[in-house]
Amino acid sequence: MTMVPLHILAALLKVSVILVAILTLAAYMVFAERRLLAWIQDRKGPNRVGPFGLLQPLADLIKLLAKEDFCPPAGDKWLFYLAPAMAAIPAIVTFALVPVGAPVDLFGTVVDLQIVDLNVGLLLFLALSSIAVYGVALGGWASNSKYALLGSIRGLAQLISYELSMGLSLVPVVMLARSVRLSEIVSAQAGVWFIVYQPLAFLIFLLSILAECKRIPFDLPEAEGELVAGFHTEYSGMRFGLFFVGEYINIIVLGGLASTFFLGGWHGPLLPPVVWFTLKTLSFAFLFIWLRGTLPRLRYDQLMHLGWKLLTPLALVNILVTAWWLYLKG
Amino acid sequence: MNLLPILFYLLAAVMVAATIFAITEKHPVHAIAYLVTSFFALAAIFYLLAAPLVAMFEVIIYAGAIMVLFMFVIMMLDPGHADEARRPGLLHWLPALFFAGIILAALVMGAALRQAVPVPISTGLGVKEFSLALFRRYGVAIEIISMQLLFAVVGALYLGKKRSPSRSEDS
Repeated sequence: MTMVPLHILAALLKVSVILVAILTLAAYMVFAERRLLAWIQDRKGPNRVGPFGLLQPLADLIKLLAKEDFCPPAGDKWLFYLAPAMAAIPAIVTFALVPVGAPVDLFGTVVDLQIVDLNVGLLLFLALSSIAVYGVALGGWASNSKYALLGSIRGLAQLISYELSMGLSLVPVVMLARSVRLSEIVSAQAGVWFIVYQPLAFLIFLLSILAECKRIPFDLPEAEGELVAGFHTEYSGMRFGLFFVGEYINIIVLGGLASTFFLGGWHGPLLPPVVWFTLKTLSFAFLFIWLRGTLPRLRYDQLMHLGWKLLTPLALVNILVTAWWLYLKG
Repeated sequence: MNLLPILFYLLAAVMVAATIFAITEKHPVHAIAYLVTSFFALAAIFYLLAAPLVAMFEVIIYAGAIMVLFMFVIMMLDPGHADEARRPGLLHWLPALFFAGIILAALVMGAALRQAVPVPISTGLGVKEFSLALFRRYGVAIEIISMQLLFAVVGALYLGKKRSPSRSEDS
């Protein structure tokens, strides 16, 4: 009798710990990005609020909450207010799938450090990432502004295109792990990480998640040089904040998934599994920030060419080669 | 305490309501938002029915791909304004009512003639069983369908191709 409430309690505890952790992490990602970019560009960055500027995210939060929540009079109120949530929620929910550490023995029961371990985990990730498009699309459309609309049309095209190469680049992973359950994908990499067998798939996946995050060099939907701020031009206050934080949560989640699929998840020598996982995830985040500080933005046709004419065919060929290899290996 | 029936009726109610709104909504973008809601509820119902794979494909393909393409087209073309759309008259409703009648009648018949069939308790269809059935047992059908899709793509490309200027001047 008491087992069921304990189970639910444990699940609730896991959900709240992970939620708080990724929200805090996302807030500090914003700060880290500003400081790192400043460092790359030989500036100082935000260093006034608290020691080393560490309280800057808190100050930003208060500022965003205190701002007016404005909807353009010609905009579509209902969808305008809903869109930021539609952008942030899929990103947060995706993290429920990620195994952040090895199962731990807690008071005699084995607890997975993962909120849900679905037998269709990888597919649910693809489903959620395909849903995340709606926040961008509806937000830009509901603003009833030409910049926002252009941004969201670009965002739609970009996200659909790169979702394809992202999904295809994960097929070899599934073939190697012989499962779409994330915990089994991780345990299949106990010996050798999949990046060793599948460097090409990893590269395609990396470029695709960069595009899915709408980061430089793929930040066409919000290209500030031409579209003001793209799909979230008209947003203010915490709704803008939700888009913004959603983007950073997405970086963390996709970084976590990339390390789960290719870098062996929480596997690693010496250090405890959770630390390994965090290190791998944060190194992806660092890579994304570094790329932003280094690369210029692609042109729209270059973006589409890269997605459709290079990454997708390469991913397909990679699947074929992997299939042949596995077939010959028996 | 069984939560499943409660969840099922909740999801079913959401699905039916969202679908009705999707039909009656004049604005295409709103209709898409309702339809996506409906697909979501349907996916959750599939999941409850121990078909997680079907549930995922429902979201990936219908909610995630097809509806996004619809939205893309609507945003690109901007088909008219919502205020100008008229509510369909009785004549337009007739075919829909006719088919709805057939479906309702079939449902009532099915319910009336229902016999207590022992439903096998399904523990959920795994990815492996699903793929084996799909590609071994129905492999030929899958190939035929994919070839049809290829024909459709080639046909669409042909229709969408720009005619060369010299030929259009001649004709």
